[in-house]
Amino acid sequence: MMDYQSHADLGGAAGYGRVVPEREGEVFHASWERQALALTLAMGATGAWNLDMTRSARETLPDYSSLSYYEIWMKGLERLLIEGGLVGPDEIAAGRMLHPTRPGLCALRAADVPATLARGKPTQRPIAAPARFSMGERVRLRAQAVAHHTRLPGYARGKIGCIERTRGAHVFADTHAQGLGEQPCWLYTVVFSGRELWGDDAARGLSVSIDAWEPYLEPLS
Amino acid sequence: MADDPRLHHEHSELAEMDLRVRALQTVLVQKGYVDASALDVLVETYETRIGPRNGARVVARAWVDPVFRKWLLEDATAAVASLGYAGRQGEHLVAVENTEARHNLIVCTLCSCYPWPVLGLPPTWYKSAPYRARAVRDPRGVLADFGVTLPDSTEIRVWDSTAEVRYLVIPRRPAGSGNMREDQLAALVTRDSMIGTGLPRVPAEVPGVA
Repeated sequence: MMDYQSHADLGGAAGYGRVVPEREGEVFHASWERQALALTLAMGATGAWNLDMTRSARETLPDYSSLSYYEIWMKGLERLLIEGGLVGPDEIAAGRMLHPTRPGLCALRAADVPATLARGKPTQRPIAAPARFSMGERVRLRAQAVAHHTRLPGYARGKIGCIERTRGAHVFADTHAQGLGEQPCWLYTVVFSGRELWGDDAARGLSVSIDAWEPYLEPLS
Repeated sequence: MADDPRLHHEHSELAEMDLRVRALQTVLVQKGYVDASALDVLVETYETRIGPRNGARVVARAWVDPVFRKWLLEDATAAVASLGYAGRQGEHLVAVENTEARHNLIVCTLCSCYPWPVLGLPPTWYKSAPYRARAVRDPRGVLADFGVTLPDSTEIRVWDSTAEVRYLVIPRRPAGSGNMREDQLAALVTRDSMIGTGLPRVPAEVPGVA
């Protein structure tokens, strides 16, 4: 029985209507969205958790599909704060501090914002192991579901694709999200024909690529 | 209109989220996890400094400078950094070029991964379920929602941003733009054209540059 359910894996899902374009420069639609973004980035900068943990906290919100994007961000942030023991649910309800601060976290200062954003958080890492797959090689993507955060979209599971590019070794999202460390693995751009993914009614001339870590890939024997 | 129940609903939801965010901010500031003045700088950065005009400048440079274009296609992170754009959600950039034969489209089906240093924060539709669901399966239908029709013979390549690589589309340079300066060309480059859901404007659409 799976005990991990992502509600965010939407690629190829049926039943969705038209996409509604938006004017360039329309960044926020309510002032609280500005604060939701800023609080999320500011807390992320403390290092209390990593980006993969953030994604995991959001995608498993039971009401994910009924929330707006920044509502997802807010609920995900509250969840990380509570689960991390940084803030109590009673404090969120009361809107004020009721318990001592967890030591060891350093708040992002205004003066450090530009440098922090400019630095980002690169995920490429050195790796001793050689890449297992080479450009042009055909591979099968892992078919089985896993009971944790993963970045292998459902529509690509079990499908056969072609290694188009090697992207170096990167922090492995699956372990990083679970607090099991970076465990860098080779990352590849794997391309699929539309037909492989969607069958005979695939859009003409379509190909789709994903970026897949080596543990997602099996050789075709 | 004041009696429209939908309006009441939207207003109460807005008020609820507004209170919720304020309450959390108060707690986080009181506990010393967040510096309130840093929040203002973060918002200001993404409202005024980091947005799609950055990417437009990158594309315009690639249109006029073949050496830069080659660098951008080989090592977008470095080429983009040379224009001063780098960092969060653009640590590992890849530029993909539209041609007569192939049109590129960027999506993140799993969340909302997007090349922030060059395009800013993603638009609502990019983060929406319809786009994330349909882009990988029905890209021509999605393009039609944006008023874009490509020839039947054009291949469509969809890049699903499933790891920390962030993609930027280099659209095709519009016909009739041969005499334009780099800054004028940048005005033709729309955000959507750098995602692949749009095409650049044509010179006649931009006052004063044709």
